[in-house]
Amino acid sequence: MTGPGATRAAVEAVWRIESAHIVSSLARHTGDFALAEDVAQEALAQALVTWPRDGVPANPAGWLLTTARRRAIDAFRRRSALDERYAALAHQADEAEEPDWDPDRIEDDVLALMFISCHPVLSRESQVALTLRVVGGLTSDEIARGFLVPTATVQARITRAKKTLAAANVPFEVPPPDERRERLGPVLSVVYLIFTEGSSATGGSALIRTDLAREAVRQARVLAHLVPDEPEVHGLLALLELTAARFSARLDADGEPVLLEDQDRRRWDRSAIVRGRAALAQAGKVGRGLGAYGVQAAIAETHAVAPSVADTDWGRIVVLYEALGRLAPSPVVELNRAVAVSMADGPAAALPIVDDLVETGALPGSHLLPTVRGELLTRLGRTDEARRELEDAVRLCGSEPERRVLDRKLAALGPE
Amino acid sequence: MKYMLIMRGNDEAVASFADVDFDEMLEAMGRFNDELISSGVLVAAEGLDPAEEGVVVDYSSTPPVVTDGPYGETKELFGGYYILDVASKEEAVEWAKRLPMTRPGIKTEIRRVPSIDEFPQDNPYVQRERAWREANGQL
Repeated sequence: MTGPGATRAAVEAVWRIESAHIVSSLARHTGDFALAEDVAQEALAQALVTWPRDGVPANPAGWLLTTARRRAIDAFRRRSALDERYAALAHQADEAEEPDWDPDRIEDDVLALMFISCHPVLSRESQVALTLRVVGGLTSDEIARGFLVPTATVQARITRAKKTLAAANVPFEVPPPDERRERLGPVLSVVYLIFTEGSSATGGSALIRTDLAREAVRQARVLAHLVPDEPEVHGLLALLELTAARFSARLDADGEPVLLEDQDRRRWDRSAIVRGRAALAQAGKVGRGLGAYGVQAAIAETHAVAPSVADTDWGRIVVLYEALGRLAPSPVVELNRAVAVSMADGPAAALPIVDDLVETGALPGSHLLPTVRGELLTRLGRTDEARRELEDAVRLCGSEPERRVLDRKLAALGPE
Repeated sequence: MKYMLIMRGNDEAVASFADVDFDEMLEAMGRFNDELISSGVLVAAEGLDPAEEGVVVDYSSTPPVVTDGPYGETKELFGGYYILDVASKEEAVEWAKRLPMTRPGIKTEIRRVPSIDEFPQDNPYVQRERAWREANGQL
């Protein structure tokens, strides 16, 4: 492992581990989150120039923090904002290049960082970009690749987010206990969104971008450690671990997607299933019942412990989808309930649920509804209607691999 | 991606830890382990009793020879391991650099742990081991 490429990889590895600590420490000391993020990025950019030339410093995290602090001091000088925060920074910058993170302080800081990155004043896209950048330590390029958007778009989202937070005077702090549960909602949503983006490329050809999904799992683990008294945090971690457990079986040797019923369950990652079930048990232990993530995790667990599709406890899955429909009603949940009902009680019992969805104009422009309806009609032997539904589904489906699955189902119906 | 950090030390380095205060060692290792946990990367870890309390089975002759204590000609004794779930080999290296209680004569080897789907799925032994892991919560 030598050469500039190796050094760059080493810089990025340090950054992945330390960015949250560095940004949050600076944000606390300067009282200015946007400035903290700016100077941290400048320190990273400088490391990418300096380290390949002069070698990696003995204490890379200390080097980054000190460099960022000096940049912050310069910024204060430029603004003539020479108050006590400046004095404190200047004092810290003169200290040894050894960040002595106080573990309790750092944990609070990282949590504050997650809350501010997912603050409700921000758009969902900005929350995601900012979280990946400051909590995950990903570069704008990496985020852009993950979300299939230009790098400039990611940078614009982050810049906008920092301006919005500054304009709204959002303080850098862990929300008080009475606001915490409500403020946790967007944090969990963002982690979940990063995971889903990592596990299915919307409109892309690669079905699984495991690096994003892995980062989401890591963040869920961090949250479970930092907010252990919230069942939904453990529920989310359980859901992500149990879903990620199936990744290795979701693509065949040619990179084609494999449906759950056809997956080789021997390829599911048992260690991820063990971790997911442990997290789900933890969610139950906290008390207050399971939330929407916990119920989805329980559904994933039911699949994970089943030896085959036929031997799955579909009755339990139906009950869980009914519970999920009460906690977080949505057409997609209803559609999944229909699939579970069709497995538990046959396609005739499930078709009315799907027809009701069609009736109400649910999921317009999505291929999901015609896909499921086509499947049910196929099983009921109503071939001509099934063909029309599946043709609709093919037309609406944005993912190339999924389209090929639908094409195969159409071909299996035979000619008209 | 899972990586194993394999900690080794030569006889002198390992012997020199006898002088270290146990509470001090516990504190240093505990802080490091806490960092791994709060960063969401720790999967598993174990440390071992001193090598002289073990036995060695040597296959140089038939039947193999069993002797007490550390392997006579070993250059480095195995002391313990971590398994971390990280984004890259470089990240595993960065964590290894931060291990406490290190000194000259101590080394950490870093090796990737293959995932479950890199094994032949139709092998009956692989299947039986999988069933055992599932039943016992073995990672």
